[in-house]
Amino acid sequence: MQECVPLPTSPPRRRWSYDRFQQRFAPYIFTSPFFILFLIFGLFPLGFSLFLAFHLWNPLDGLGNWRYVGWENFQLALGAPDQFWVSLKNTVWIGLLSGVPQHLVALPLAFVINQALRRYQGAISTILFLPYITNAVAITIVFGMLYSENLGLLNYALSVVGLGPVRWLAVPDLVPVSVAVVVFWRYVGWNVILYLSGLQAISEDVYEAATVDGASNVQKFFYITLPLLRPMMFYAFTLTIVGNMQLFEEPFIMTGQGGGSGGTALTSAMHIYNVAFRDLDMGYSSAMAWLLFLAIFVLSMINNYLFSRGGGRS
Amino acid sequence: MTTQPLETPIAAAPRPPRQKSRFNGGRVGLWVFVGIACFLSLVPFYLMFVWATLPSEKIFAVPPNLWFGNAFVENLQKMMEATNNMALRQFWNSLYIATLSTVTTLFFCSLAGFAFAMYDFKGKQYLFGFILITMLIPPLVMDIPSFLVMNNFLKWIGTPRTLWVPGMANAFGIFLMRQYIVSALPKSLIEAARLDGASEFGIYTRVVLPLIRPILATLGVVTFVGSWNNFKGALIMRLSEDSTMTLPLSLRKITGGASNVNADWGATLMMVVLTVIPLLIIFLFASRQVISGLTSGAVKD
Repeated sequence: MQECVPLPTSPPRRRWSYDRFQQRFAPYIFTSPFFILFLIFGLFPLGFSLFLAFHLWNPLDGLGNWRYVGWENFQLALGAPDQFWVSLKNTVWIGLLSGVPQHLVALPLAFVINQALRRYQGAISTILFLPYITNAVAITIVFGMLYSENLGLLNYALSVVGLGPVRWLAVPDLVPVSVAVVVFWRYVGWNVILYLSGLQAISEDVYEAATVDGASNVQKFFYITLPLLRPMMFYAFTLTIVGNMQLFEEPFIMTGQGGGSGGTALTSAMHIYNVAFRDLDMGYSSAMAWLLFLAIFVLSMINNYLFSRGGGRS
Repeated sequence: MTTQPLETPIAAAPRPPRQKSRFNGGRVGLWVFVGIACFLSLVPFYLMFVWATLPSEKIFAVPPNLWFGNAFVENLQKMMEATNNMALRQFWNSLYIATLSTVTTLFFCSLAGFAFAMYDFKGKQYLFGFILITMLIPPLVMDIPSFLVMNNFLKWIGTPRTLWVPGMANAFGIFLMRQYIVSALPKSLIEAARLDGASEFGIYTRVVLPLIRPILATLGVVTFVGSWNNFKGALIMRLSEDSTMTLPLSLRKITGGASNVNADWGATLMMVVLTVIPLLIIFLFASRQVISGLTSGAVKD
């Protein structure tokens, strides 16, 4: 009987409006932690860093004791005698030495696993992925031991086939190679995993059709796999570029703060770290960080352009 | 092929047998290629375990020792000495930061991901788009100003907080959660719970959380591993006392970098193993979660 009577308005209404309130604002409350944290640990620091790039400041002098210097920090970084250019060159060189072989090996490796060894794919990708999740400091130390001039395993292996000891960490031209090998080792498996997940999206029918038409495995790789894998390649290349341009841990551990003999493994990230935390020149280092950001942006754009140029035809 | 056209319509119904013989020639070559790749991936791990059991003077030797020795306990003691008996404390520091980081990330990211996936609210697209855009900021640009915020404003330098608080609600985690919830949970489920009188937060804790366990495992493992391996952050935030160090920092200290000839290699290798073992254990049990979590950023479309 009571159900038929119109409900009294006031007490349920308060409940109802609270429900409405929490329903309406729940999504804002649930997403607010990100924005609060980003404000404090993201947006504010970004703005502060941009501000500092135009100032001279030692953090020990305390807040407020900075001096406006205009574009001087940027001019200093881009001026000829400064280390920034050298570090940028080192970074790109190590990046190429490790990045190019990474993809040249990972692509065919993923193709082979996907085509012929699919049954063992889980086990193989687990093994290949292991280097990627391993601690960079720990593994760089192990590689450093392999490189040891007189007693290292690498030189021992070379001596077995009659080759003289190579001074992996002493010859300035070789240090970037030694560092790049570690980076290469760490990230090949990661790229294989990326390419495998891209390959799995390619329908089996395409390959079957090609088989019927008498295509060889090599032909399938170049005419089916590569074109269809373009989006994943773009993504993987972007990750390699962005990651390699910020390379820090491997050269830092392998060669110490200065980048080894001749400073050939001093990457931009290391240089920026040194200027900020050794020389305590926050303005100058911030300016260089923004320049490096710009370099990363430009390289990503070039990568983007190269991929979109050919992509229009399909 | 031309002699069998009559058979094909019949054979079409069951799955055609795989032509295994097709690869016979090249198959050995493929196995060698993949085998070498796997071998090279594993060798450094094998070596670090072997070396950790060898006495310091036998770690570097010609010809090299490639089989386990019996100096495990000795190296363990040396490691404790080299770290002023703080090695286990440092292990705990790493564990503490990684655990807090993981728990808070899981909570805040799944909560935000749930909101973006299940609610329609004003400005949703812009807010979500903004979160995605923040993923494009290279971490390197944040290093210096983050240090300054911690050092000059918050006075947090040297504390574990510097490492787990800023990333509690991060863009990658929110994105991952949102994608999963959109595809895995129907909106009707939420509405049903609402009709049953559940509050919005109650829906999250009682309906959503139990249903998104797989993706929680994924994000959890990825966050834990990332935090465990964080060297640069700890370096910049100066967790530099023996008692506040994380393992990667301590590792660098006892070697003084890989090129330091004076390091005690037995102690160093023991510490390398101590740093790597938890990762190996996690990976052994959750490799699928890690792999799917890290590649899921790649399969946006």
